[in-house]
Formats: sequence, structure tokens, C-alpha cells
Amino acid sequence: MSANASKLHSLTLHEASELLGRREVSSLELTQAILARIDSVEDRVKAYITPTPELALEQARLADGRRGAALSALSGVPAAIKDVICTQDVRTTCGSRMLEAFIPPYDAYVMEKLKGHGMVMIGKTNMDEFAMGSSGENSAFYPTRNPWDLDRVPGGSSSGSAAAVAADECFYALGTDTGGSIRQPAALCGVVGLKPTYGRVSRFGLVAFASSLDQIGPITKDVRDCALALQQICGHDPRDSTSAPVEVPDFSAALGPDLKGLRLGAPREYFHEAMAPGVREAVDGAIRRLEALGAEVDREVSLPSTPYALAVYYILAPSEASANLARYDGVKYGYSYTDGDSMWDNMEKTRQFGFGDEVKRRIMLGTYALSAGYYDAYYLKALKVRTLIRCEFEEAFTRYDALITPVSPTVAFRLGEKVSDPLQMYLSDVFTIPVNIAGLPAISVPCGFSEGLPVGLQVIGKPFDESTILRVAYAYEQSSEWHKRRPPL
Amino acid sequence: MPINPEEVRHVARLARVGLSDEDVSRFQGQLSQILDYFQVLHDLETDGVPPTSHPLPLHNVMRTDSEDASLPRDAVLGNAPQQEAGLFRVSTILEE
Repeated sequence: MSANASKLHSLTLHEASELLGRREVSSLELTQAILARIDSVEDRVKAYITPTPELALEQARLADGRRGAALSALSGVPAAIKDVICTQDVRTTCGSRMLEAFIPPYDAYVMEKLKGHGMVMIGKTNMDEFAMGSSGENSAFYPTRNPWDLDRVPGGSSSGSAAAVAADECFYALGTDTGGSIRQPAALCGVVGLKPTYGRVSRFGLVAFASSLDQIGPITKDVRDCALALQQICGHDPRDSTSAPVEVPDFSAALGPDLKGLRLGAPREYFHEAMAPGVREAVDGAIRRLEALGAEVDREVSLPSTPYALAVYYILAPSEASANLARYDGVKYGYSYTDGDSMWDNMEKTRQFGFGDEVKRRIMLGTYALSAGYYDAYYLKALKVRTLIRCEFEEAFTRYDALITPVSPTVAFRLGEKVSDPLQMYLSDVFTIPVNIAGLPAISVPCGFSEGLPVGLQVIGKPFDESTILRVAYAYEQSSEWHKRRPPL
Repeated sequence: MPINPEEVRHVARLARVGLSDEDVSRFQGQLSQILDYFQVLHDLETDGVPPTSHPLPLHNVMRTDSEDASLPRDAVLGNAPQQEAGLFRVSTILEE
């Protein structure tokens, strides 16, 4: 091993990829470095549900054997995959007892793509059960801890993916985002996370939570890595009828040093009094920096339906979940209770013992919102307000190239602080949810620290304009030093 | 409270989720608090606003009606809690 082997884990994806390209390091060395890092920090961070070291070493040897062939920037660079994405022959639990022993017979579209690019999978990451949660504490196995402060949550639901990237336990990760589940943990862990436009990335093989909101996206150490990882998971897939048949631009080509001529809006409704002062200070500082980089920032823009987004989301997402999770009946796969006195008794007990509290709460909320007598008042009403929210964004995007907001109203909170108060927990998604409701792309990029904990800046883009949000995030990031700080593990 | 214990039991029954008595009282409080929060939507005028069920302007995505490869039966049954003769085994649905 080279003299720098002990530091290999701290490289970014693009740095690791460049070393591989110059043959200064092998995929096997990178993989061994990550496995050694996992050995030294994972018992504190708990980012993984199922590490796959043997598979990773095998894939690394394969990638080394293929060197010289025209492969992508991701070839041979170890990655972590959220445990809600189906991986053939590797168990996929969704953070749930229900799927504790589930081994998918096929790969998700994103896994097919990554494997085609010579991926090395280090493991499946921890998460809130069925991606329902904002802290990682709803994992049926154990909570993931924030690498910046082990007594605090990493955010959720992609808790393990964000923590694994922040703790250098992989070079990049995939997460999923239904209401903020990539961006909020990325912000709380001080890394970069991007939720693509709805339809940009195929959901084939993604275990469904809320089908009109779910998207898969990358979590990375910096914005260049984010563009590289996003590049390889996009594309049209006929197996997902909502996969959009659109061109995929070269995302890295959008990255540049300045923002001259760009018009940005910072909507007033996202800067309300519930935001922690330290978060406001960091985001305000970032806005001034964006102006210094040449962007014009309008702080008077208003999206008046924003305060209704949280209620809309917590009607729509549970409604869709209540239908999607009906498949867990103990017959085809998953946990199955069989000692009951009837078929119905078995089914009810399968779901009673297989699901955790948050999943049950959301299934019941959704069932209630869709039930006779309440459908118009809740579900239909929420769909109408969804239209208002979507149209306000559309209108704003006739005047602005992108919108700037905080990602989360607070920095990472303490483990246990919000577990018994679901509504307080839901409020931590208040700035990320409107983006899913409108199907827009958005990125979280580190923009400072408050109380020693990372703060994230959210850049929201027009549909299928991931290039502009990457451009804004990259120019900001390169003008700052935040992304170079690492947690003291 | 917007939802009483009987309604919690009714919704749980519709969703086929078994609950203990302790679950019912905890969920009653939590669901009531959340349903109360949803009342903010009723202040908003939405007459004549069309519903959005989906953020993309895609409709009726069609494919050719042709045969395609499917997963082998063994792979599909591989995760079945109970199977018999190449089929999923379920408990009795109809009474004798």
C-alpha cells in the first residue's frame, strides 16, 4: 500500500476517480481503505444495515481487471446504497422488520446503471422505516448517529447514506427523497444531496412509499461529485411509466466559477420566525456570497401557499403509502404471522408486528383521508392545494432561474428529542416538502455552521433544469471552505 | 378530539393493522393532533381549482402489447413465507 493509503477514504469521488484513471491507486486499494474506515468508525455511526465487504472486494477486482476500457467516473469507486433500493441477491430491508429477510430477485434500474459502470457496492445503508421519518430514529434496527455529534440525529430518512458520506465510509451514496429525505440529512450532516426532477430517475426497483413524490438521488462530498453521480443514474426507463423521455445533459459541463447574469429569488415564506437564528445567519451569508458571485437575488418574491405545503404533504404521502403498503400481507414476501385463528387475524398481526409505529400512523392517516366521508375534505382538498403550490412555483420561474432557501429550520437535533411528538418531527421538513409537491429538482449544499453543526442551503430549480442548481451550488461551494471541513470522528 | 377510539379502531380495521389497547389511545392523541393541524387547509379557497395528482404532464403512457421475459418462478417464490407445489400458500379464506 502507498504511503497515503491511510488517507484514501477522505478523497472525494472525483479525486478517487482521477487517481484510478492515472493508475496511481487501484479499486481494490480504495475498497480496502473504505472497509478499514468502516472498521474504525461504524460502531459509533451505525450508517449501515448490511455491509457487503466480500461483494465489494469482488467488484473491486473486477473493476481493476476492466481498467483501460472506456468506463465512467464511477467505475471502481466504492458506493453506499440506501436500503430501500432493490439489490439482486443482497437483502433489502427498508429499515423494517417486515422485510428483514427480503432478498430481491432483481436489481433496481439505478443498480443496473451503476453496475454497468463497474460499481463497487460497500453496503446497504440505514434509514427510517420505509423512508418515513426525518431523523433516522424510525429504523427498526438502530438509529444512525450524526458524525458531527454522536448524540444528535443525522436527519432522515436517508440517515445512513448521508452519515456514511460525511464519515468517509463511502465515496458517494444513493438516497431517496419523498419530502426532503435526501436534502435534510445532507444538510444536517454537512454533505451535498440532490433530489432530481420527478421523472428524471426511474423508480423501477425502488420500494414505493408515495409514488407521485418519490425520487432517487445522489449524496456526495461535493457538488462536482454530485454531478458525476447524477449523470449515471438518469435516463428513460419504460418500466417506470412516470420516467420522463427527456434528454440528459452533461451536468458537469454546467459547473463554473461565477453566476453572472443569473436571476435568483429568495421566497419570503421560507425565512419565517421559526427558523433558528444561526441557520438564518448562515443562509443570509450565503445569499450575500451568491450576489458577490454575480447573481441578482430578489428577496421580495412571495409564494403565498407555502404555509399549506406541510398539511398537503401529510395528507398525500400517507394516502399513497396506505395503498402502496397494502402489499405487505404476509403472503408473497416479508414477515408473516401464521398462528392466528383466521386469514384476517394473520394479516392484521403480520402488519401489527411487522410495521413500526410511524408506518402504522401514516397508513392510518392515509386510510382515514381516503375513507368515505373524508375523501373530499382531505385528499381532494390536498390535491387542489397541490395545484396552487405548483402554479406559484411555475409563475416564479418565469422571473427567476432558481430559488434559494434554507434546507431545514434548525441544525441537527438530539436523539430522542422529537420521537414522541410526530407533528414536531414533521415540521423539520417544512422547507423541503414544497419541492416534492411540485416535482421540482433541488440541491442541498453546506453553507456554514451553527453551534458547531452544519447548515444547508437549498437551491430549487425549474423542472429538468438540474444543471442550473448544480451551477449555483458549485459556484457557491468553490467560493467557500465549508465542504472541506470534516467531522472529528 | 377529531378522532375517537372507535374511529381509530375502524381505520385500523380498514387498513388491516392490528392494534393493542395502548396503541389505540396513543394513536388517538397523535392522529387527533395531526388532523387538527390539517384544518389550516380549510381556510384556503379552492373552488374551481383542478386537482393535481401527479407533477408531470404525462398521460396514458402506452407500450406494445407483446410478450416479454419474466422472472423465473423459483425467483418469485424465493421470498414466500409459505409455498406449495410452485404456488404461494395462504390460509383458508372461505369457511367449509
